[in-house]
Amino acid sequence: MAKHSGGTRMISLFLRDLKLSMRAGGGALIGVLFFMTVVAVVPFAVGPDLNLLSRIGPAILWIGALLASLLGLDRLFQAEREDGSLDLMLMQETPLVLTVLVKCLAHWTATGLPLVIAAPLLGLFMNMNEVAIGATMLTLLVGTPAITFIGATGAAVAVTLPRGGLLVSILVLPLAIPVLIFGVSAAYAAVQDPAPFLPPLLILIAITLFFAVIGPLAAALALRSASD
Amino acid sequence: MSENSLAIRKFSDLANPTRFLALAARVLPWFAGLTVLLFAVGLYLSFTTEGDYQQGETVRIMYVHVPAAWLSMMCYSVMALSALGTLVWRHPLADVAARAAAPIGASFTFLALVTGSLWGKPMWGTWWVWDARLTSVFVLFLMYLGLMALNRAMDEPGKAAKVSAVLILVGFVNIPIIKFSVEWWNTLHQPASVLRLGGSAIDPEFLRPLLVMAVAFTMLFFTLHIAAMRNEIWRRRVTSMRRQAARSAGREA
Repeated sequence: MAKHSGGTRMISLFLRDLKLSMRAGGGALIGVLFFMTVVAVVPFAVGPDLNLLSRIGPAILWIGALLASLLGLDRLFQAEREDGSLDLMLMQETPLVLTVLVKCLAHWTATGLPLVIAAPLLGLFMNMNEVAIGATMLTLLVGTPAITFIGATGAAVAVTLPRGGLLVSILVLPLAIPVLIFGVSAAYAAVQDPAPFLPPLLILIAITLFFAVIGPLAAALALRSASD
Repeated sequence: MSENSLAIRKFSDLANPTRFLALAARVLPWFAGLTVLLFAVGLYLSFTTEGDYQQGETVRIMYVHVPAAWLSMMCYSVMALSALGTLVWRHPLADVAARAAAPIGASFTFLALVTGSLWGKPMWGTWWVWDARLTSVFVLFLMYLGLMALNRAMDEPGKAAKVSAVLILVGFVNIPIIKFSVEWWNTLHQPASVLRLGGSAIDPEFLRPLLVMAVAFTMLFFTLHIAAMRNEIWRRRVTSMRRQAARSAGREA
């Protein structure tokens, strides 16, 4: 084990997390299913008016993706805590921040990326045009990692609680509001002519990068203090 | 330098809860008396000054609304400082301070939202708009409630302290982001007019009661906060005494 460099160890951790969430009981694809269900419920609530649906489409897709990515967050550290591997991660020489970052990336690949891939199909259901679908997909691609990074903090905070799932959502949702605002406004800017597309997209990317630093740092801090 | 270290020693002296309780017992009556006095003056001024030529009597809502909104933000800053105190200096009373401040902050935020809504109905013609300022204050309110829920969910105060300190700090860096993001997104609320470059834009007629009320609200906050901290320390003592009693009762049986 000592022969392995930090890089290979991180890659193996990434693959381990990915495999665990893909296998039965991992629950990675439940997020996509939830996403589709939420979007499918909307026309029942607002009526099957295609013009209205195409107008609110990007917003609905973003809300669905936001809720779906909150769904699995409480499991981010919970399974590790239950089987004791969290303690091993805490004792590693590699900085805990890096471990958390890699776990977040694996979690996003397993739960966030499928949402991005499913978005075009749901966009068709919402009668959105190609430009709107493309823009929504792009904003989801750069925006959903931010939700995972913020959510890592919430998950780490609630890791000691037996039923922290709902609490994680309550704690994380207010913090995710900027992501939602800029994601949706960039997606709309691509469709509506006068508004420029690039500034909100760049701000969205900046928010994601910002939380890629803050989220794992805070999560590592919370995990350390929850363990001792 | 020596003055500085003396200040630090004074501050760490307060780490002893008994010393803090003694100080609180000495200070609280004065604070409470000052608060009542300031409120008496402030409310008298608020109700005797002239109404605005456009807004009429509703301008008086401002004397409650604006201080409450300031306090809602100051309270979160106090919590963020306490969170730093918990994580960096491991000050034993810092987590008591953070925990005691959350319900008070939530109350001030709620007061600001309600009074703003009451003012908005006659002035803007609606109880609520999704405007930048209103939305970010509402989000602040939700964050206060989330922190309170977290504190309630954890039964061990020591662990809850560090974990909620992390969350308070993350929320603190996020508040400016929320503020600016909603500001670019949508705005109707008037910009800051009391504290700004080039002097205040408010007529002294309105400024005087407003400032007195602001000081009164600040004193109210400190009074409530010290009292809540005292209650929290007592609550923890009672809990540990009960545990001890249960343990010794179990040993005798």
